[in-house]
Amino acid sequence: MKSLKVLVAAAMVLMFAASLCMAGTLEDVKAKGFVTVGVNGNLFGFGMPDEKGVWKGLDVDTGRAIATAVFGDASKVKFIPLTAVQRFTALQSKEIDVLCRNATQTLNRDTALGLDFVQVNYYDGQGFLIPKKLGVNNAKELNGASVCVLPGTTTELNAADYFRANNLTWKPVVIENTAELQKAFFAGRCDCMTSDISQLAGTRAVAPNPADYIILSEVISKEPLAPAVRHGDNQWKDVVHYAVLAMINAEELGIDSKNVDEMLKDKNPKVQRFLGVSPGNGKALGLDENFAYNIIKQVGNYGEVFERNVGLNTSLALKRGLNALWTNGGLMYSPPFK
Amino acid sequence: MSEVLSNNNNSIHDDADNVKPPIASVGIIGWIRHNLFNGPINSIITLAILYILWKVVPPFVNWAFIESMWTSSGAECQQADGACWSVIYANFRFIIFGFFPHDQQWRPLVAMILLVTLLLCSQNRNNWKKSLAYAWIIGLVIMGLLMKGGVLGLPPIESSQWSGLPLTMLLSVFGMVAAYPLGIVLALGRRSTMPAIKSLCVIYIELIRGVPLISLLFMSSVMFPLFLPEGLTINKILRAQIAIILFTAAYVAEVVRGGLQAIPKGQYEAAEAIGLNYYMKMRLIILPQALKVVIPPTVGVLISAFKDTSLVVIIALYDLLKTTQSTISNPKWMGFSAEAYIFIALIYFVCCYAMSSYSRRLERELDK
Repeated sequence: MKSLKVLVAAAMVLMFAASLCMAGTLEDVKAKGFVTVGVNGNLFGFGMPDEKGVWKGLDVDTGRAIATAVFGDASKVKFIPLTAVQRFTALQSKEIDVLCRNATQTLNRDTALGLDFVQVNYYDGQGFLIPKKLGVNNAKELNGASVCVLPGTTTELNAADYFRANNLTWKPVVIENTAELQKAFFAGRCDCMTSDISQLAGTRAVAPNPADYIILSEVISKEPLAPAVRHGDNQWKDVVHYAVLAMINAEELGIDSKNVDEMLKDKNPKVQRFLGVSPGNGKALGLDENFAYNIIKQVGNYGEVFERNVGLNTSLALKRGLNALWTNGGLMYSPPFK
Repeated sequence: MSEVLSNNNNSIHDDADNVKPPIASVGIIGWIRHNLFNGPINSIITLAILYILWKVVPPFVNWAFIESMWTSSGAECQQADGACWSVIYANFRFIIFGFFPHDQQWRPLVAMILLVTLLLCSQNRNNWKKSLAYAWIIGLVIMGLLMKGGVLGLPPIESSQWSGLPLTMLLSVFGMVAAYPLGIVLALGRRSTMPAIKSLCVIYIELIRGVPLISLLFMSSVMFPLFLPEGLTINKILRAQIAIILFTAAYVAEVVRGGLQAIPKGQYEAAEAIGLNYYMKMRLIILPQALKVVIPPTVGVLISAFKDTSLVVIIALYDLLKTTQSTISNPKWMGFSAEAYIFIALIYFVCCYAMSSYSRRLERELDK
């Protein structure tokens, strides 16, 4: 028994020592030649392979932007599909360098789990999808409704909180698998369905007749989805943070992948600093001076990435909403690049 | 007189030969009466089954073949009433080969054909010679090179991109091949008279058998990396492969132990009486008999091990099942899960049926 205690103590000391003397992730990444990004793998629009096995999605493009910032090459990235259970362990055990897997930033994850979340790349929230013929315009009218929901997620708890807080009764219809859940909803086994709004949009898109369904305007929970890195590696955190912000800043400045070459000649000092024409930003981050130029050239600005993966022309057909620039009434706001 | 009698006899005989049994007791009708309607209860059961078949088969045929779509787009499928096999057609290469780069997919294809050819050659016991062993060694090296690349102008492919059917075959074939000998060793260890070895084997077998495979896979993918020294990561596929081998070996061990116990004590004593040492006794006398006795349960364990490889889904390895699931979570193809699952069920069935029919053949051959 005593030897076991000694063993455990030794192991802990070893792990502690190892965590003290670790090199920065940025050097590690540069040494191995690619960024390892943990992604979802099963979530259309955020992280999923297409028919040819090529990774597509908003989180995937965020990963590519990080790789471009470090190497100037969007292809120097390796995507590791992770389940919800594995995702934080994979980051802690250094299997991945950064997690872009639609993870909601919460206080507990930021502190107790030893993660650091960076700039949010998608503001999501939980809502309700209902058939139009239910005649409900407001979530508060859902008293006594049966609600299709996935088990064991924060979604179920949020819904319970919402109904309790508003003194409403509800009947959860809990189904384990997303595809089955959708089938049950379309077959009328429940009055409405609750999930993150980005996913409800996907569900609505595959409805037998999408026009028969609406997403209620109420948002009952905040789900800021952000990339995460290991706690305590501030240099790497800065790189990831500003790689995401560069895409937002580019949209603010009106720079996109098509006009970025012309913008190099722009006289605006903000644009010049941003694209590295007047140097400083790159050195401060430990990157090339033209890291932002490379990101915009190879991946695009935030608006382009959004439209390409989840925007109106995709099956998800999401409006910008909270994810619009602050100048358009959204939350996307980049500090100055100077 | 005697002639007349004999004539008579003959004619009677001829008649008996010529007279056919009533039409209701031979041919198709006879067979039906004898096998399907030979009593009130059987008649009712037959009618009930016929009714169920009539209710199920025509709609299924209609759904699966007549009104089905084979090469359409997802949107067209939404309009159709029948099955949408297009989900397979459009995503075939991703379901089978997963992330393997599109223009390099001939490599896993050749590797799989090679593997199947070698397995087919190994079926025939007349081929069990040294040359076959060499063929396997060369074949395995070629397969490894094809999958990994990096030589002869083949671009290198990371093992994280191995997915789909090649991954399923890799996990199951190597899982079985490695688990079988390990299981035999464990079974012998458990029957050993040396207390240390015996208790080690008992602890190992009981510990592994007391834990579901899912938790072993979870431990290999979630817990294990936390205990490794900083910066050292062991390949995810290798971790899962080891978990599968350890798990299957424990079950094989118990099956083999059953075989060892079924061999009469006289055989052990006889082997010792002619002066064989432990290894010769086991190799020449006991194991050949014991392993033959347990062919059916062993094949049962191996078939379930093959199917269990699909559990790697939960640690996000893209085996055949996961690539299929990934395909049907694309909004374009959502809602066609039945078709996709029927397709991979067929693949699994073909493999499992091949295994079980081979085991039956092996039993027959060994019984001669």
